[in-house]
Amino acid sequence: MNIQELASEIPVEGEYSLEGIDFITNGEQYLTFLLAHEQYAVDILCVEEIRSWEKATKIPNSPEHVKGVINMRGVIVPIIDLRIKFTIGDSNYCDTTVVIVLSLEDEVDSKIIGFVVDAVSDVLNAESNEIKPAPSFGGCVPQNYIEGLVNVGDNVVTILNVAALQQIEPHKPE
Amino acid sequence: MTKILVVDDSNSIRDMVSFTLKSANYETVEAKDGQDGLTKAQSESFDLVISDVNMPNMDGIELCSELRKLPNFKFTPILMLTTESSGDMKMRGKAAGATGWLVKPFNPEKLLSTIKRVIR
Amino acid sequence: MSVDLSQFIPSFLEESFEGLELMESSLLNLEQGDDETINSIFRAAHSIKGGAGTFGFEKVTEFTHLVETLLDEMRDGRREIQQNDVELLLQSVDCMRLLIEGIRDEVECEDIKIDETSNLLAITLSNNSDASSIVEDNHGDQTSIENENENENEKSKWHIEFIPEHHLVQTGNDPLLLFSALTEFGELEVVANTKDLPSLTDIHSEELYLTWQLTLISSSVTEEDIREVFEWVEDECLLNIKQEKISENLPDQIVDNQNVSPSIQTKDNGNKSLECDLEVDVHSNNTSPVKTASQQNNDKPTVKAKPDVGSIRVGVDKVDSLINLVGELVITQSMLSELGNNFDLSKTERLTSGLEQLLQNTKELQESVMRIRMLPISFAFNRFPRLIHDMSLRTGKEIELILKGEQTELDKTVMEQIGDPLIHLVRNAADHGIESADIRVANGKPEKGTIILDAYHQGGNIVIEIIDDGGGIDRQAVFNKALEKGIIDENTTLSDSQIFDLIFEPGFSTAVEVSDISGRGVGMDVVKKNIQSLGGRIQVESQPNKGSTFKVYLPLTLAILDGQLVKVGTETYIIPLITIVESLQAKPELINRVSGDMILYRLREDNVPVIPICNLFNIEAECHEVENALLVVVEADGQKVGLMVDDLLAQQQVVIKSLKDNYQQVDGISGATILGDGSVAMILDVVGMIDMAMNNTDQIQLRRINKNNILEGVTL
Repeated sequence: MNIQELASEIPVEGEYSLEGIDFITNGEQYLTFLLAHEQYAVDILCVEEIRSWEKATKIPNSPEHVKGVINMRGVIVPIIDLRIKFTIGDSNYCDTTVVIVLSLEDEVDSKIIGFVVDAVSDVLNAESNEIKPAPSFGGCVPQNYIEGLVNVGDNVVTILNVAALQQIEPHKPE
Repeated sequence: MTKILVVDDSNSIRDMVSFTLKSANYETVEAKDGQDGLTKAQSESFDLVISDVNMPNMDGIELCSELRKLPNFKFTPILMLTTESSGDMKMRGKAAGATGWLVKPFNPEKLLSTIKRVIR
Repeated sequence: MSVDLSQFIPSFLEESFEGLELMESSLLNLEQGDDETINSIFRAAHSIKGGAGTFGFEKVTEFTHLVETLLDEMRDGRREIQQNDVELLLQSVDCMRLLIEGIRDEVECEDIKIDETSNLLAITLSNNSDASSIVEDNHGDQTSIENENENENEKSKWHIEFIPEHHLVQTGNDPLLLFSALTEFGELEVVANTKDLPSLTDIHSEELYLTWQLTLISSSVTEEDIREVFEWVEDECLLNIKQEKISENLPDQIVDNQNVSPSIQTKDNGNKSLECDLEVDVHSNNTSPVKTASQQNNDKPTVKAKPDVGSIRVGVDKVDSLINLVGELVITQSMLSELGNNFDLSKTERLTSGLEQLLQNTKELQESVMRIRMLPISFAFNRFPRLIHDMSLRTGKEIELILKGEQTELDKTVMEQIGDPLIHLVRNAADHGIESADIRVANGKPEKGTIILDAYHQGGNIVIEIIDDGGGIDRQAVFNKALEKGIIDENTTLSDSQIFDLIFEPGFSTAVEVSDISGRGVGMDVVKKNIQSLGGRIQVESQPNKGSTFKVYLPLTLAILDGQLVKVGTETYIIPLITIVESLQAKPELINRVSGDMILYRLREDNVPVIPICNLFNIEAECHEVENALLVVVEADGQKVGLMVDDLLAQQQVVIKSLKDNYQQVDGISGATILGDGSVAMILDVVGMIDMAMNNTDQIQLRRINKNNILEGVTL
C-alpha cells in the first residue's frame, strides 16, 4: 500500500456528492413559469424554493415592483413582482400566483430574492446549442435580462439571467 | 481503536493533526501543553503520543522524559513535532526517550504514512 | 483524495493575529534577562512559522524565520536585548501582520517595508557571529525537487542488515512495524537471527536481542527511502543496505547511488546522515501526494466557500451552559406537547406553568447566546500600548498609559467598529491633550503625562472613558475657531459643554500646527459619526490645565434592541426605545404651523417638528391630522422630533436583521425584525428619518423657488 492509496482512502467532506444527478440529460435544467401567457425560465440550480404568494411587509419608498419583504425561516427576503417590473399582464394575486425564491452566490456575497409570477409550469431540459440568442429589438423585457430563447414545440421560452434579475435598483429620490 | 495523544500549544496545528488522524480513523485526545498532556496521560493510556517541542509550562522534551517515567508509557511511541531540524534537537529528544520526530511543515499524508512505523 | 487542510486556514490566521498581538505587547514590556517573556515571544513566532509552512505561505515562513532566529539568539543569551533590536522586532511584527493580512484578504502583499525590514533583520543577524546557519537552514526547504528518478519497470533487490541495540524498544520503536513500513515499497523477506539470544535466565524482559536480515524487492525504492524508514532508530542500530540489480540495464542514477553510498555504518557519522534526513523529508513532501492533491482540487466542482464572516472563539463554559439550557428547553417542550395530546380545562394550570417555564428558558437561552458574542474589551485595548510607545518616540513626550476595566465585555461587532474611533481619540489625547514636558513642568505637573483608558458597564450600555491629564480644551480657542468657520456668530452664548461639542463639527481642528499624528481636522466629526452609527454617543468634559475626559457610550450589542412597536396604517414599525423621549397625545392648542408645511409642537420650552410617518414613507394611515394624533417624541443627534403614529403597541426586545443582505440600505430604516406572529417589521432609523424630512422640506422649498422663478420668467 503506498501513500497515494492511503490518502485516497481518507474520506473528505463533500466527496460523496450526488453523482448521477445529471443522468436525465447532459444539458442544463430550467424551471419554466408563466408571466401572463408567455413562458419564461430560470436555471433550476438557482431555485431555492417555490412558495405561494403571501402579503409582504412594505419597504418605504420602494419602487412599485418591490412588493416588500417576507420572513423565510428567519431570513428577510425581498419580493419582486416580475409582472410589474417587466410590465407584462396584470398583477393580480390569486390562488395560482406563486413566488419563486432564487438564490445566487458569487465570490463576494449571496442574495436570496423572491419573484412573483403567475404560475410555475414545468422543468425544461436544454442543451447549450438549443439556446438561441434573442433578437435585439422589441419586447417588454430589457435585453440584459435575457440569456436566450429555446423552442419547445410551437412555443418559445425566454431564459432569464438570474444575476441580472437579482440586481437591485436603487430607490429613486422623491 | 488506536488512541493518540496530540500535544501542541498552537490550536491550529493541534486541530490539523487531530483532524488528519481522525480522518484516518484514529481516536485522538488533545492537550494544549506539556503539563496538560502529562495530566491526560496519567489518567488514561495511549498507543502513541505526538508532541510539539516548544510549548509553555512544560516543553515537549520534558514531557517526553516525564512520560517515560510512567509505567504505562514505558514502550509507548512518542513522536516529536518540530520545526527544528537540527541534529541537536533530535539528540535531545532521543535522550529524553522520544521514539522519533516529525519535521514541520506539517504534512498530513506524511504524518499518516510515518506513524505507521510505530503503531499498528 | 488527500486530506484537505484549507479549512484550518482561518483558525491559523486568527491564531497568528493573536500571536502577533502577544509578541507586540511582550516586546513593549521586554526587559533584560526576562527569559519567560522572550520565550513566549519566540514561541509565538515559532507557531506562526510552523503554521505558515504547513499551508505553504512561503513569504511568511521566510520572514518569520529571520525573526525567529533573532529571537532565538536573544533567548539563549547569545545576544543582548537592545532597544534598537526591540524596535526592529516591533517593526517586524508589523510586517508579519501585513503579510498575514495579505493572506487573509487573498492579495499579494508587496510592501517595500517588508523587504526593508527583512534586510535589516538579515544585517542584524549577520552582525552576530553565529548567524551563518540561518540562510542555510532556510533554503533547505527549496532544494531537491529534481530528485524524481523513479523508474517504473526496473526492479532491484535490496539486502538490508538490521542490528538494533538491545535497548531499542525502550524508546517505543518496534522493528516489526518498521518492516511492515518497508512492505509498502515491495516484497519483503524477513529472516531473524537468534544467535545473540542469551540463555533464558539472562534475558532481560525489556531488551531486544534479535537481529534481522531483510530482502526487499522493489521497483521504485531508493536507498534514501529505506533509510528514511529507519530514520528514527539509526542512532541505535547498525544498518547495512546493499543493492543488487535484477534487471539488465539499470539507469546510471541508481548505479551511482550504489557506488557513492556504500553501506554506511550509520552509528559513526550521525551528523552526515542527519543532513540526509532533511533532504529526504523535503523530497517526499514535494512529490506525488501533493501533486495528486492539487489535481484533484482542480477536478472538484467549483463550490466557492462563502466569504469569510469571521469566527469567534468561545469558552467551553459558555457552550456548556448553552447545552444545559437547550436540554431544559427540550424537557419543557416534551412536557408541553404531552399536555397538548389530550388537553382539557383541568390542565390549564399546568399549561400556564409550562408556558412560563418556556418563557424563562427562552430568555436564558437568548442571554446565553448573546454572551457568546461578547468579548472582553482588552481585544480593543491591546493595541494602545504600542500606539503610545510609538507616539512617545515621535513626539518626544513621555506618556504613561493606564488600562482599566479590560475584562468588560462587549459585542464582537461593536468592538471591531469602535477600534478606529478609539485610536483617534487616544492619538488626539496624546497629541493635543498632553503638553510637552517643559510646559508640564512649568505648570507644576509631573513631567510624564498620563492617559487612562477605562471601560465599564452602565445600565444597558458600555462606557469607555479616555482620560488625559493634559492642558484641557482651550474654551476660547474653540470659540474663536468656530467663529472663524462661521459655525456660530459672535453673540452666541454657549455653555461649556456646548462649546466642547463644537469640536465634533465637520472640519474643526484647534491644533495650531497640523501634525502628522492627529491629521488635518478630519477626525472628531468622523469619530462622532462612527459612534453614532453604532447607536452610541460621545461626551466631553474638560478642565483647563487638568485635562480632558472623553466618554463614549455604546450599546452592549448590535444584535438585539429594545423597541417600541407602533402602528401606521396597516404597517407595524419599531422605534428604538433608547431614542424615545416621551409619547403623548397631541393637544390642538400646542400645534403651530410655520412656513407653510412645517408643523411644530410645543413641548414645554422646545418647539418640536412633527414628522408624520405616513407622509415620509408614502403609505396609508388612519390619522392624517396632527390634531389629537399620537406623537412619539424621539431625540437623535441633539434634535428632537415628534413622529406621528396611529397607535402605540407593545414594547419588546427584537432581533435585528439586516435589510442589506438580500436587498439594500433603505433611507429611514435601520433594519428589520421578525415579530411573534412571523411577520416582518421595519426598524426605524431616527437619524435617517430626520435627514429625509429635512431633505424633503429643502426640496419643497426648492420647488417653490423654481416655481417662482418660472412665474417670474413668464411675467418678464
